[in-house]
Amino acid sequence: MESLTNTIKSVPLNHYILLCSIIFSIGVMGVLLRRNAIIIFMSIELMLNSVNLLLTAFSVYHGDASGQVFVFFVMALAAAEVAVGLAIIVMIYRNTNSVDTNVLNRLKW
Amino acid sequence: MGIRYFVNINMNTFYFIAFLSIFFSILVITAKNPVHSILYLVLTFFTFTVHYILLNAQFLAVVNFIVYMGAILVLFLYTLMLINLNKDSEPVKSNMVKIAAVLGGGCLLVVLVGCLKQVGVADPVVLKDPGLGLVQNLGKVLFNEFLLPFEISSLLLLSAMVGAVLLATKDPKPKSV
Repeated sequence: MESLTNTIKSVPLNHYILLCSIIFSIGVMGVLLRRNAIIIFMSIELMLNSVNLLLTAFSVYHGDASGQVFVFFVMALAAAEVAVGLAIIVMIYRNTNSVDTNVLNRLKW
Repeated sequence: MGIRYFVNINMNTFYFIAFLSIFFSILVITAKNPVHSILYLVLTFFTFTVHYILLNAQFLAVVNFIVYMGAILVLFLYTLMLINLNKDSEPVKSNMVKIAAVLGGGCLLVVLVGCLKQVGVADPVVLKDPGLGLVQNLGKVLFNEFLLPFEISSLLLLSAMVGAVLLATKDPKPKSV
């Protein structure tokens, strides 16, 4: 473990922020790009995960364990969110026979 | 002795894993087949687990591995197979919308990077306390400072479970009035 902890000493915090911003932007692109509801959902998971990684990096940077506890809560929330979201997707599929988000335009004005 | 050579970890490991994360996450949103998309997402989450290990956040690495890769993605895979999508039923967007989406995401990235340039925190991430991310330390914080949120999150999970069952079960036949 010593060699592992020494490794990180040379990576600047900047690069963690950059990595997480790139992955967050890829998640946003995924939401805008795809019409399959499940893949939109997966992009949201990608965004959540990038934020988790950044929280952990900041937690290590400041030497404060609260950040990692927040990540734990975010994971619990993500699990709940996925359960409800996938149930909604299954219900939509049962009613409209597709998971294309363009079919769901009833609320459009 | 042998393991020293095998785990020859240096700074470049981070950049290699970071490259893999970005590569696989791009594949997630571009793969045509939804099942491939999910499998690439599994790989992306695996690279995140490696990131956590590099940060010495061992508890989070294990939780990420079990909860995300084990539970959440299996749930995705099951739903996808329940719905029985394949490449032919995959909806396609017009090129115009695709270009607009990539431009929009790119603008967000530019804004974020611009903000980063303004802040300019270039100090290296140094782990002062090696026991920071271990289960012992996190458990102490979780059950002292964050005890109430922890208990409330159990309520959240319970309500999510009830809600999911309620939503996903078939409606019974409408009652005759």
